[in-house]
Amino acid sequence: MTTNKRETPLIDQLEKGPWPSFVKELKKSADNPMTNDLLGVLERSYNDRIGHWKHGGLVGVMGYGGGVIGRYCDLPEEFPNVAHFHTMRINHPAGWFYTSDVLRKICDIWEKHGSGITNMHGSTGDIIFLGCVTDELEPTFSDLTEAGFDLGGSGSDMRTPSCCCGMARCEWACYDTMGFTYDITQHWQDELHRPAFPYKYKFKASGCPNDCVASIARADMSIIGTWRDDIQQDDAAVAEYVTSGAVDIVEDVVGRCPTQCMSWDGEKLTINNRDCVRCMHCINVMPKALAPGKDRGATILLGAKAPIIGGALLSSVLIPFYEMEPPYEDLKELVEEIWDFWGEHGKNRERVGEFIQRIGLGNFLEQIGLEPTPEMVVHPRTNPYIFFELDEDEDEEEED
Amino acid sequence: MSDEDLINEVANAMYEMVKEYHGKKNFKAMDLTKAMKQKYGEDKVNKALCKKAIRQLIDSGRCTYSYVGGSYITLPAGS
Ligand code: SF4
Ligand code: SF4
Repeated sequence: MTTNKRETPLIDQLEKGPWPSFVKELKKSADNPMTNDLLGVLERSYNDRIGHWKHGGLVGVMGYGGGVIGRYCDLPEEFPNVAHFHTMRINHPAGWFYTSDVLRKICDIWEKHGSGITNMHGSTGDIIFLGCVTDELEPTFSDLTEAGFDLGGSGSDMRTPSCCCGMARCEWACYDTMGFTYDITQHWQDELHRPAFPYKYKFKASGCPNDCVASIARADMSIIGTWRDDIQQDDAAVAEYVTSGAVDIVEDVVGRCPTQCMSWDGEKLTINNRDCVRCMHCINVMPKALAPGKDRGATILLGAKAPIIGGALLSSVLIPFYEMEPPYEDLKELVEEIWDFWGEHGKNRERVGEFIQRIGLGNFLEQIGLEPTPEMVVHPRTNPYIFFELDEDEDEEEED
Repeated sequence: MSDEDLINEVANAMYEMVKEYHGKKNFKAMDLTKAMKQKYGEDKVNKALCKKAIRQLIDSGRCTYSYVGGSYITLPAGS
């Protein structure tokens, strides 16, 4: 059967220009009635200046509360092939490494059961299958599990953890991001598949402060690799950068250090490591000469979110340095304390960062059993009111 | 009472609660957990036990998850 291709003069504009176009890609599979109607809905939305999708409801696979996002078109008579167009989130392998064989398998499953349209990868990190009818959800899930895949998170659960390629491909990795991501994915299967939180909770793991997965802006808990000792420095390689003219060391390196903790006397680069904030700038500019120190681990930060309901938040330091040795017991205990407290007192759709803002960092730390440290302070207070509480023991000692 | 029996009993009590308020109020997993801790006492019913009861409720098909701005536990479609 041939499909009558929809007229799409408005979205055709998005094919112009030298950059990749999703409209161009969708048109390649417009023989599929679902894709053809999808292009039609999109054209209609551009025309009406309003989206024609509703989402949510009672769709999913047996036993799971996450992984499927119900999506329905509000013009089902006009676009019957996308009347249901559910999204499936497939848990990706850590670091997004696949064999070509497995990619073919995933595509075959999706062409058999759904629209065949994928998003590799969605902003959550998962492989996204776009466009499934309700009756095909279980058969898709069954074929996926047979191929060794599982669904990811959605709704008020732990979302599919994601990470940079870390030690698999990057010399800057200060811990094994992929190992950590795999470990917590297995450890918190229940939290991933059975939503039990006030709202979503995301983990993102970056191997160094370059933060290639943008965890500081996108994850409720950001795990960012860092080091405690001095930057490793190869003076001969520094000199080579300078003599070859590859780098203007004064302007490009020393002058751009955010804490001005470096100096160049014409022959030697000196770093005052005590004042280094591990921003990675100098290392990125002279990768052959400088490298993160040898005493490596991660900084654990909490509370970022993108602006869906309230405004955007960046995560703040919770643990300045954690050694990141498997099985990460202390970190897991701390996370469960956070989940318990936020779960008990958080409002519906309140991210953990918003919850901390509402109740105050001091109260939050007290409840999760963590001592405040100077690294948690974003900037010093500008007013003189300081509340200093003696603990009871000290109080008693003073009275004696 | 064995742990298994208590999990079943709590799952049944959760089910009754979801059924009674169906269409009137949505419950999150935490709402059911809090209600069960209150009903049975925290010395008898804790978060881990409630987690098992919810799993039983969902895996048996008596309840399902829905998404209405957040994830809730509700009766399956057509109930
Ligand atoms: S975050 Fe750091 S370790 Fe991870 S890929 Fe980027 S540069 Fe490499
Ligand atoms: S890592 Fe950043 S703060 Fe540290 S010395 Fe280099 S440029 Fe300066």
